[in-house]
Amino acid sequence: MRRLARIIAGAALAMLMALPVAAVQPDEVLDDPALEARARELSKGLRCLVCRNESIDESNADLARDLRLLLRERLVAGDSDAEAIDYIVDRFGEYVLLQPTVNGSNWLLWAAGPLMLILAGGVAVVYLRGRAKIEAPDNALTASEEARLREILDK
Amino acid sequence: MVTELGHFALILAFVVAIVQMVVPMIGAQRRWSGWMAVAEPAANIQFLMTAFAFGALMHAFITSDFSLRLVVENSHSAKPMIYKISGTWGNHEGSMLLWVLIVTLFGATAAWFGGNLPPTLRARVLSIQAAIAVAFFAFILFTSNPFIRLAVPPFDGQDLNPLLQDPGLAFHPPFLYLGYVGLSMAYSFAVAALIEGRVDAAWARWVRPWTLAAWIFLTIGIGLGSWWAYYELGWGGFWFWDPVENASFMPWLLAAALLHSAIVVEKRESLKSWTILLAILAFGFSLIGTFIVRSGLLTSVHAFANDPERGVFILIILAFFTGGALTLFAARANAMEAKGVFAMLSRESALVANNIMLAVGCFVVFVGTLWPMVAEMLFDRKLSVGPPFFELAFTPFMVVLGLILPVGALLPWKRARIKRTLYSLRYVFAAAVLLAGLVWTLQSGRSLLGPIGLFLGAWVVGGALVDLWIRAGRTPARLLRLPRADWGRGVAHAGLGVTIFAIAGLIAWEQEDIRVAQLGDSFDVGAFQLTLQKVEEGRGPNYFTTQGTVDLSQNGRLLAELHPEKRVYPVAQMPTTEAAIDYRFLRDVYVVIGDQQDNGGWVIRTYIKPFANWIWGGILMMGFGGFLSLTDRRFRVAAGARRQARAVAAE
Repeated sequence: MRRLARIIAGAALAMLMALPVAAVQPDEVLDDPALEARARELSKGLRCLVCRNESIDESNADLARDLRLLLRERLVAGDSDAEAIDYIVDRFGEYVLLQPTVNGSNWLLWAAGPLMLILAGGVAVVYLRGRAKIEAPDNALTASEEARLREILDK
Repeated sequence: MVTELGHFALILAFVVAIVQMVVPMIGAQRRWSGWMAVAEPAANIQFLMTAFAFGALMHAFITSDFSLRLVVENSHSAKPMIYKISGTWGNHEGSMLLWVLIVTLFGATAAWFGGNLPPTLRARVLSIQAAIAVAFFAFILFTSNPFIRLAVPPFDGQDLNPLLQDPGLAFHPPFLYLGYVGLSMAYSFAVAALIEGRVDAAWARWVRPWTLAAWIFLTIGIGLGSWWAYYELGWGGFWFWDPVENASFMPWLLAAALLHSAIVVEKRESLKSWTILLAILAFGFSLIGTFIVRSGLLTSVHAFANDPERGVFILIILAFFTGGALTLFAARANAMEAKGVFAMLSRESALVANNIMLAVGCFVVFVGTLWPMVAEMLFDRKLSVGPPFFELAFTPFMVVLGLILPVGALLPWKRARIKRTLYSLRYVFAAAVLLAGLVWTLQSGRSLLGPIGLFLGAWVVGGALVDLWIRAGRTPARLLRLPRADWGRGVAHAGLGVTIFAIAGLIAWEQEDIRVAQLGDSFDVGAFQLTLQKVEEGRGPNYFTTQGTVDLSQNGRLLAELHPEKRVYPVAQMPTTEAAIDYRFLRDVYVVIGDQQDNGGWVIRTYIKPFANWIWGGILMMGFGGFLSLTDRRFRVAAGARRQARAVAAE
């Protein structure tokens, strides 16, 4: 069974990679350079659904090409950037967004870094304050050390 | 026959590792010197046995022994020799064998060079190192044995993934593994110190070279991987925030933090428990990296063997070693009393800030990498976390790190006066601002990323130069007599600056052109003219190729003849692109050939990538800086000095 799964996975991978050379094809490029630039920028943020962690801008899979064409269609139809993205997210789910939204539980993802920074900064400041306050360690010798020192020096 | 001997040697090494794990630890606890002395010969035997097993596997690959299942699945008789050799570790089983080989290698080197360590510490370090080896020997022997024979050997193999048939990638895994596993030494030292209940300057002096070596290997390994992605994947991307890349990046960040905090332990006997924690976490993240890659939990190109059973096994190893060490840490960390006293404004504080930036940056990468899984399991949302997230959430920490770096490196220990340090950096600051302003006015209307990156890069590089200059007492003649550690620091910091600048410059000023060109067509991209001369079909040792010839010229002068290729590997049934790159100091011209169109023309993609080489130049500088520091006299003579001291005391 596992063997079968591996063969299927291998075949799927081979199919995905059937088109060797990547990404945006000349026939997809829009005539209006401003619109095309917007399309490129947006497609960098959309995931190719059947690939390993590639945006549709980079991917050579057929599905990525379809998405690129769809995105361009929406832009030509006069959609704003946000409308075009919403259109695609409505149909394919938030899985297509390479930059996750801040909705719902995702705030935790976005806040993780800043919260950790505040926490670490707080701990560090408390620690450093503590270090600064401590009196320099008493460098004076104990009585027995002094006796021993005198003994050595007197020799 | 050799294969069976290799298999047997591997089992033997497993048994020796168990002995080395148990006997010296008991010996150290009871102060039985005989039992402690077992560690060294055991470490040597373990290493030799594992090396023999690895050699046997390599022998099978070189001779294309298709009675071995692993060779059938990952090799082919027509494959060039270098890839037959690199095929040994270009698969799950072989790469795990390489991993454990390096664990035993580091254990053996600790036995060779550990003569001046206190005997109980040495015994414990070697025992813990052996415990790590035991876990991975068991993993290999019970779940991923490379020495399994086939009853009916086929005539030929199924070939190695063609993407992996490349010089850059052939040596990428060994370097990464040397880095990952090098951190196991820092871990072993940390756990041994926790058991001993003692961390002092000598301990830090011992841990630093190991951490430094691991960090150098990680730096080079990551650099090789990113360079490979740049020229092989066909559009010149060099970092994708792929889970597996992140898996190697997190230990790198923590190793960099550990390097800096160990300095504070060595020089000032402070930050002890934090350093121990970092050492545990750094190796923990190496294990997490292995888990991510090997379990296929997060799918990616690197996960050549996705197998839940193996994933669970590694998860158990991970839980045992990190969990165990952290528990020990919780119980014993209080024993590490700090001695050094310093003001809020001092180099100590600057290094704490460095550690915060690196560790929090690592945390962001960690959360981002695991978030898709967490969101699916806990919140039932299927989502992606891709490059845009990391660029937004991670980059600020590195920007702050770059900003404070030159100041921190110049601050004196204990108590600093910030005005004085800032004053000595005034020219560097002015020059960096000037450069950025100049570029900003010249480039009109492009992204701000270029000028900002240029500022940050110039600031860091300039800061490193001022650092060296001040170290040398502002006297040129003394520059060459500076200790290598100072040079190492300067070079590594400057390398970071170069890399920061190059990444920003490349992203900000890259140009791209996609078009269909007929044979003989000429076209302009940026300041260059390209002409598609011809397209030919051909064949290599184990692939078919379509090769274009493109002339690259500037102002009518021919600069280079480029040969972009696309290849098809018939055995693996996989096509690849081979970009043709004209490498120059200030820019690369990157040409890729695509499919033939219905009208007979060919898709040609051209990229102009400014400062691309500087990225890897900077990475190399960082590695070289680390190497300089590693060869500093201090690390070499410290041993002799202490031995002398002991001899005097004995008189």
